[in-house]
Amino acid sequence: MIAELGLAALWLAAALAVLQLVAGALALTPRGAGMAGVVRPVAMVQGVLALIAFAALILLFCQTDLSVKLVAMNSHSAKPFIYKLAGTWGNHEGSMLLWVTVMGLAGGFVALVERRLPEPTMLATLAGQAFVSIGFYVFLLFASNPFERLPQPVVEGQGLNPLLQDIGLAFHPPTLYLGYVGLSIAFSFAIGALVTREVGPAFARAMRPWVMGAWIFLTVGITAGSYWAYYELGWGGWWFWDPVENASLMPWLAATALLHSASVLAARNALRAWTVMLGVVAFSMSMVGTFLVRSGILTSVHAFAVDPKRGSFILALLAINIGGALILFALRAATVTEGERFTVTSRESALVFNNVMLSGALGIVLMGTLYPLLAEAFGAKVSVGPPYFNPMTALFALPMLVVMAIGPLLNWRRDRFARVRARLIVPALLAGAVLLWLGLSSGIGLLPLLGLGLAAGLVPASLMPLRGRNLRRTPLPVWGMVVAHLGVAVALFGMACDSAYTVERLVAVRIGDKTEVGPLTVTLKSIEPVAGPNWTALEGEMLAAYLGGEPVALRPQARSFWAPPQQTSESALLTRWNGQLYAVLGEQAQDGRWQLRLWWKPFVTMIWLGGLMIALGGVIALIGRVVSDLRRLIARDKIAYRRERQGR
Amino acid sequence: MSAIKAKHQRLVLVLIALAALIGAGLLAAWALRNQASYFYVPSEFAAKPPELGRAVRLGGMVEGGSLKTEADGVTIRFVVGDGKARVPVTFKGIVPDLFKEGSGVVAEGKLGPNGTFVADNLLAKHDEKYVPREMKDMTAAQVKQTVAETK
Repeated sequence: MIAELGLAALWLAAALAVLQLVAGALALTPRGAGMAGVVRPVAMVQGVLALIAFAALILLFCQTDLSVKLVAMNSHSAKPFIYKLAGTWGNHEGSMLLWVTVMGLAGGFVALVERRLPEPTMLATLAGQAFVSIGFYVFLLFASNPFERLPQPVVEGQGLNPLLQDIGLAFHPPTLYLGYVGLSIAFSFAIGALVTREVGPAFARAMRPWVMGAWIFLTVGITAGSYWAYYELGWGGWWFWDPVENASLMPWLAATALLHSASVLAARNALRAWTVMLGVVAFSMSMVGTFLVRSGILTSVHAFAVDPKRGSFILALLAINIGGALILFALRAATVTEGERFTVTSRESALVFNNVMLSGALGIVLMGTLYPLLAEAFGAKVSVGPPYFNPMTALFALPMLVVMAIGPLLNWRRDRFARVRARLIVPALLAGAVLLWLGLSSGIGLLPLLGLGLAAGLVPASLMPLRGRNLRRTPLPVWGMVVAHLGVAVALFGMACDSAYTVERLVAVRIGDKTEVGPLTVTLKSIEPVAGPNWTALEGEMLAAYLGGEPVALRPQARSFWAPPQQTSESALLTRWNGQLYAVLGEQAQDGRWQLRLWWKPFVTMIWLGGLMIALGGVIALIGRVVSDLRRLIARDKIAYRRERQGR
Repeated sequence: MSAIKAKHQRLVLVLIALAALIGAGLLAAWALRNQASYFYVPSEFAAKPPELGRAVRLGGMVEGGSLKTEADGVTIRFVVGDGKARVPVTFKGIVPDLFKEGSGVVAEGKLGPNGTFVADNLLAKHDEKYVPREMKDMTAAQVKQTVAETK
């Protein structure tokens, strides 16, 4: 019953999306103006219906209704409740339903609150949103129906991949999806603005909060995903340049560029065509990422089971959406008039530099991710890893970070470098001192060295925009920028420290043996069998003492899940303010010794702290923008009210 | 100069952006040729070994009876074969759970100076459902044959 209800809601939502597209398109013609009133309510109802379908699927998973194929394939009655819930989106069909739900809700939300743009642009935007949604509805209903029943209910489900049975990962995909799909709004705004030729500051101001919102979710999602991979995969690394990770990084790079170019367009009415282009590119990258992950054409540590038919379907969707948008762009780009001009030393120039570097890094990641596919077409099997990605992205990231220190200090339109030089002395001296000191004293690699030097300079430099301001009157978006840029410096510091100063020990020990790793002494106390709701494990107890201080217990496990049967190793972490001890329990050797892998990672937590600060900066800026927009609306209403009274 | 720039600023910007992106593309293409790691099966490996120190991947079956643990308890030696050729491999670390003699493995690493493949990561079959894609490249017949020959 619930499955049928969900399916009906999904069909209705799809039908409403068609109506939204047709009504929106007709309303733009002179004869169809009567349709204009329909579009916004339809968009809202469509979002609610998609949400109902998704809620139905959640309910099916929570009840473990084994007559539904998807539940039988991916759930198990003995699974903890939270993972039954998370199992809803831990599979292909469920995650695609989540995708259309977020898309419908985002469209509905825009229809509900966005009143700043001219109505025709809004109609074109909502029609564009519906156009993209329809493709995904068709995909769901015809190629991956989540509500399909089994002819015979099974006795027991097949369970969820144990690697995915983790509280961090349970809420990771929804966060990332809010980001991916939130960018569809930027895409639709770009389409809308191109259709009605309304590319200007008003378009940028309307689009900016939506991009910012999606970008915040992406940032949090990537940060959380990185931490998950770090402690769950047991390899001690925090970024693997895995296709799935790249799939989330590419839209983030594009969205970061878009945020910065939108601020130029909003404040200075320049970079018009470029901003529209980025709006198209950002969501295209979300779709490319989804295609790469969902089609399973690339090897990945966390790819779901794969189906080539679905891959070709998403590829077709991709071609239609991206191709269509690019053709529209090509047709209309010439009519987008040139924006305001600016000189080489100006904030616009710095932001252009930022955009070019981000696009370059995006190109590098995209090419590295797609190259194995390309090579395979020519019969060579290759994989591309850190030796390519690390130096190549650094080549674009490092110059960009240098300009990030200077750009926010420059004035719009025209400035002299001499004016800001005084404020750059402290950061430059700090960076130089760190570079000189570390470069001469220790044999760390070039990239970590540059990273540490740059981080030392960026911390004071990112605070400089606040100097000479009245802090209580500084607008929230400026605070947001400062916090986000500071977050970049903090994350960079963590990354550089991790790669320069990590100590790794791989040993085989008996119970009672002591091992030194960095400043810590680790003693293996015991190995005991333990059991969980759907697994059994061997648990090691070790005591770690920092510089001979009070020992703290760590308990890494080697787990065996039985539904589906799989082994995972659960690492144990000891977090201190200045780093983390990371412990993994391996196998028992023939002579009875236990393998242990230990890492001391100084300041590694700064990576994720920095990531969260970047997101927090976004939140602060978003609040600032929304509050000032609301104030303006209220003020406008007041004036209108006063005029009305005076008129009487 | 500045007068020209003012007049054609948009053109200049487009050209700069294009130059940067094309530069990035060329750079990426060059780096990819040098840095991408190729996949070998033992017979290819024996016929035309990769350059010393270049990151590559080696896929095949772990020969029965070849797996030895060194005295330090964490370094292992084994032989990867495909029925035609055999490559000795060393690995220092915790092996994946389903790594065993007579089953498939993909080793990521470099060819060492003494002809031994030094692996820094091993990929083994996780379970029936989650198979590394490289593993599928070995056909069922190949796998059977190898298992028969290495038993």
